[in-house]
Amino acid sequence: MQKLFVNKHDADTGNTACCGSKDQGKDCVPVLQNLTLPMAGPVDDDAPCCGPKPGPPSSPFDKPGYRMWHFVADFVETSVGAIPKIETRLKFQDLAGTVRARLGISRDRYRIAPGLYSVGKPGNDSPVLVTANYKLSFDSLRRELDSTDAWILVLDTRGINVWCAAGKKTFSTEEVIRQVQRVGLDRVVSHRELILPQLGAPGVSAQAVKKDCGFKVTWGPIRARDLPAFLNNGRKAETEMRQLTFSIAERTVLIPVELSLIVKPSLIILLAVFILSGISPNIFSFSAAWFRGLNGAVAYLFGIVAGAVFVPILLPWLPMRQFYIKGILTGLVAGIFVTFSLGASVTRLESFILLLLTTAVSSYAAMNFTGATPFTSPSGVEKEMRQGIPIQIIAVVTVIIAWVAAPFVS
Amino acid sequence: MRYFKMQNFRYLNNVTTLELDVEKCIGCGMCGIVCPHTVFKVENPKARIVDQDACMECGACAANCPTAAISVTPGVGCAFYIIQTWIKRKDAVIECC
Repeated sequence: MQKLFVNKHDADTGNTACCGSKDQGKDCVPVLQNLTLPMAGPVDDDAPCCGPKPGPPSSPFDKPGYRMWHFVADFVETSVGAIPKIETRLKFQDLAGTVRARLGISRDRYRIAPGLYSVGKPGNDSPVLVTANYKLSFDSLRRELDSTDAWILVLDTRGINVWCAAGKKTFSTEEVIRQVQRVGLDRVVSHRELILPQLGAPGVSAQAVKKDCGFKVTWGPIRARDLPAFLNNGRKAETEMRQLTFSIAERTVLIPVELSLIVKPSLIILLAVFILSGISPNIFSFSAAWFRGLNGAVAYLFGIVAGAVFVPILLPWLPMRQFYIKGILTGLVAGIFVTFSLGASVTRLESFILLLLTTAVSSYAAMNFTGATPFTSPSGVEKEMRQGIPIQIIAVVTVIIAWVAAPFVS
Repeated sequence: MRYFKMQNFRYLNNVTTLELDVEKCIGCGMCGIVCPHTVFKVENPKARIVDQDACMECGACAANCPTAAISVTPGVGCAFYIIQTWIKRKDAVIECC
């Protein structure tokens, strides 16, 4: 397909008079245009056919071994090849994918191919927005670009969101430089500026990017929804655009993934609970394993809910700053609820043991939530763990010894 | 709205490893831009730390300081990760949290 070139001073008018496609001068730039490649021939409506009519022919952009994403609306031709033009409205598939990822289902595989995308009708002076190749990051960016013409440079962050990837150094200086060079960005845009999300800053050194690939890094706002205002405001971010929030909705949405991470170890722990519950003066009792084990399992699961569900939701209202203490508080309430619910079906000693179990489990689960918050420092987490973990270990060892000993005592 | 803002989420005091060498600072303002917790205030001619205990040691400021005036030990503030660093050797491969 022939590429059209225009004098860049005439780019708006599309005047090609001064430029030939063979010997265009340095002032000539490629015109961005939608590609119109020949498609397979139309099917004659009158052709003899059984069943429903055949669907449309394959897109000229279909390639063997690839499947087109539903968010690709079209392709635009640039000097570095055809670049996908993406839709800004999320579809049902996107929402379903978001729910799956939020539940922790195949989350690590929910990613798109790194490289260059376009949104709207970008030209060579349009901004370049950089993001991660986690599909949720990509979706939260593109949904805000309804009225924006821009290029989107997607880094290979191994399917991890911008901030976590910056912490893990997959959203990094090296990766920005690599993708800029890989896609040939200097041939797509005439300016030399990249707009990166502010939360990518832990992984990217602006001065190193500038030094190694010539592109200046401009730190955009934290949230994609502030991008249009940021772009229209001369790249100026209001103070609030640069500050994190951690609302109840932002906290609650993290809970399912936290729970999904606990499922596997919990199955092993529950198995141990049932086995330990069966140890009796008659060596092993299957009925004790089942009935006492159920009580233990309920206490354990209430501990998980108290620590991994109620602590995130109630976070700002729970006293004390250490998460393990917040977990002890919710765990005590949950444990008291458990012991009251079980009532006379357990001995007083067993009630106390179950209360201790729920509290210890809740404390540990709450402590793990530190990794999901945007305000806990590693030094602080380590400090509270040095206090919390010994307490949790003592509690759990006490629970195990007392739980096994209880049938012998009574 | 009150429980929306990060100012209401305070973590432990006097733990951060963040340090600013005012001698090296050239007052470019980059730390003030990248910090998501408004730890720095950049006034002519230099930056200063106005809220040390809000620092979460993400390392954005240090990575983007052109004169290496800021030092911080960045890390992953995740309990599961830290437990693994305690148990395993320093050079061992550690699972992500």
